[in-house]
Amino acid sequence: MLTLKQSRRLQSVVVGTLSWAVALLIFFPIFWMILTSFKTEMDAIATPPQLFFAPTLENYLHINERSDYFSFAWNSVLISFSATVLSMLIAVPAAYSMAFHESRHTKRTLLWMLSTKMLPPVGVLMPIYLLCKSMGLLDSRIALIVIYTLINLPIVVWMVYTYFKDIPVDILEAARLDGATTFQEIGRVLLPIARGGLASTMLLSLILCWNEAFWSLNLTSSAAAPLTALVASYSSPEGLFWAKLSAVSTLACAPILIFGWISQKQLVRGLSFGAVK
Amino acid sequence: MNHTLKALVAALCLSSSAATLAAETLTIATVNNSDMIRMQKLSKTFEEQHPDIKLKWVVLEENVLRQRLTTDIATQGGQFDVLTIGMYEASLWGAKGWLEPMTNLPATYDLDDVFPSVREGLSAKGTLYALPFYAESSITYYRTDLFKDAGLEMPEHPTWEQIAGFAAKLNKPEQGQYGICLRGKAGWGENMALVTTVGNAFGARWFDEKWQPEFTGSEWKNALTFYVDTMNKYGPPGASSNGFNENLALFNSGKCGMWVDASVAGSFVTDKSQSKVADSVGFTYAPKQVTDKGASWLYSWALAIPTSSKAKDAAKTFSAWATSKEYGALVAEKDGVANVPPGTRASTYNQAYMSAAPFAKVTLESLKAADPTHPGVRPVPYVGIQLVTIPEFQGIGTQVGKLFAAALTGQMTVDQALTAAQASTVREMKRGGYPK
Repeated sequence: MLTLKQSRRLQSVVVGTLSWAVALLIFFPIFWMILTSFKTEMDAIATPPQLFFAPTLENYLHINERSDYFSFAWNSVLISFSATVLSMLIAVPAAYSMAFHESRHTKRTLLWMLSTKMLPPVGVLMPIYLLCKSMGLLDSRIALIVIYTLINLPIVVWMVYTYFKDIPVDILEAARLDGATTFQEIGRVLLPIARGGLASTMLLSLILCWNEAFWSLNLTSSAAAPLTALVASYSSPEGLFWAKLSAVSTLACAPILIFGWISQKQLVRGLSFGAVK
Repeated sequence: MNHTLKALVAALCLSSSAATLAAETLTIATVNNSDMIRMQKLSKTFEEQHPDIKLKWVVLEENVLRQRLTTDIATQGGQFDVLTIGMYEASLWGAKGWLEPMTNLPATYDLDDVFPSVREGLSAKGTLYALPFYAESSITYYRTDLFKDAGLEMPEHPTWEQIAGFAAKLNKPEQGQYGICLRGKAGWGENMALVTTVGNAFGARWFDEKWQPEFTGSEWKNALTFYVDTMNKYGPPGASSNGFNENLALFNSGKCGMWVDASVAGSFVTDKSQSKVADSVGFTYAPKQVTDKGASWLYSWALAIPTSSKAKDAAKTFSAWATSKEYGALVAEKDGVANVPPGTRASTYNQAYMSAAPFAKVTLESLKAADPTHPGVRPVPYVGIQLVTIPEFQGIGTQVGKLFAAALTGQMTVDQALTAAQASTVREMKRGGYPK
């Protein structure tokens, strides 16, 4: 019979081991991608797969020679950050009104907004393509910024709304009693309290924009093409390409992975320092 | 002094902006394969020769490229000045008036040097709409070392029955060695390219003269039964997921005794940096059965100019340069004669090339024999060997490909797959107003 202390220790070991197993399982494809990026094409297709091999940088040199990586990366940064900021600018007032001035249509409006995410993007490819064409926005960053803002807006509004809902109305009423205007109420009271949630929403929006490939592949050609377009250019129907594709995928993932890693600490701190959480 | 300096700077700015304005920029959409990437690399020479033309490249995977170009050209989006397209698109889009006719080419271009079958494949109603960059046929690759060990000899023109016999003897799954590798991945450009040539060899055809599908005929039944049985007995596991690249990887790592696929693989399987079996690969013609007509396919990647391009003259200058003899000579000089884009020009097949590329003779003869207007023993109302050049074929071909892949995995019997293929093709063709 285990004592309570032993039982807790066992539970902790089991949970810890399981967590590590799940984490390793999730990380394995990324690890394998990075590993493959340092292989030759022959090593990349070897069966059984090789864990130990002579590493090479030839794939990265090939990418450097063939493509202007920094131009694609700059487009990714500019488009993702702009779309995220724009969607937050729209989502915060929208979520504020829905969370603190709820009407009988609020829930249905939220569900309707989310339901737009269920529409397959290809269903609206032609109208959006023609709109962009007639407005001279094909292969422009503006088109992608606007589209990314719109496609992520339902999720962003929903997330910000749930964070706002956790904040007691009393805090805002206290601010109002002290003479705060609506903008002061949002800017000085609501946003600082919800900063952890807002930061995680922004990070999610950023990741969604960074990884979006359908619209970037269809609406851009060269000037506004982000990293997803660069990755797509290294897949090939004829010839071996796994090592090169892994290298370019590593380069495409690296900035957002690093950014996520750095902001992780801020996120946790933001969440734990919240007035309510 | 200060004013003089300002004036100088202003003059410099003006002159540089004038130069920028004078330069025309071409946006070129191309497919990611080694020949096209080489073209991108060597195009610096073109830019040096034509300082008034700047090139921008958009490289995409084949399926993405097709979808992207179709969207752009159907809406007259005008995002691209030069398109890399295949024979299927060239004739369809040319007939619709979406492509510029390739007329008034420079005298040095020597259009007569281009193989007639390739020229015809890229034309619609006698007008050429795209200039061929390279062309390919399908051929048989086999392991000379395994054949020698097993005491086998590959005939120059094998039949599918003979190929199955060899596969039975070379099949040693316990050693990770399979008799034959063939495409199984569903798609009009994947398994259907190969299976259609098997069908042609067995005397089958997609449609009769009145556009009635023929999948319920004995020819298709024989062809599909043979394909499914051979692959199930002597093919690698999971063959229904294997396309060109998967089979290339299997062959290069020594897992396949034979492989029937695109001639473009010749340079890959003989390249020691990517093939373990580079020294022991033999090449022969694609297998025939009741006929050799349509037994090997014909395909070409070509450069075309959309009518929506705003720089048509510059685009034609570039397209002509990239598909010229001069470009071939440049490739030979920079990267070796074996890397000259194959299959388009008679002049490519000189002594130096034939010696450097052991697969050149088989490829050349297969290309010469290919006749897209007569892809089988019986007359057909369509053009195309491994495909049918009608707009509906992408959808029909992929649907039939899925059914045949299901037969390969055992989800359906051959009869069920053929009956379903017949029903879906009849439905789509009726919708398209074809049966007469």
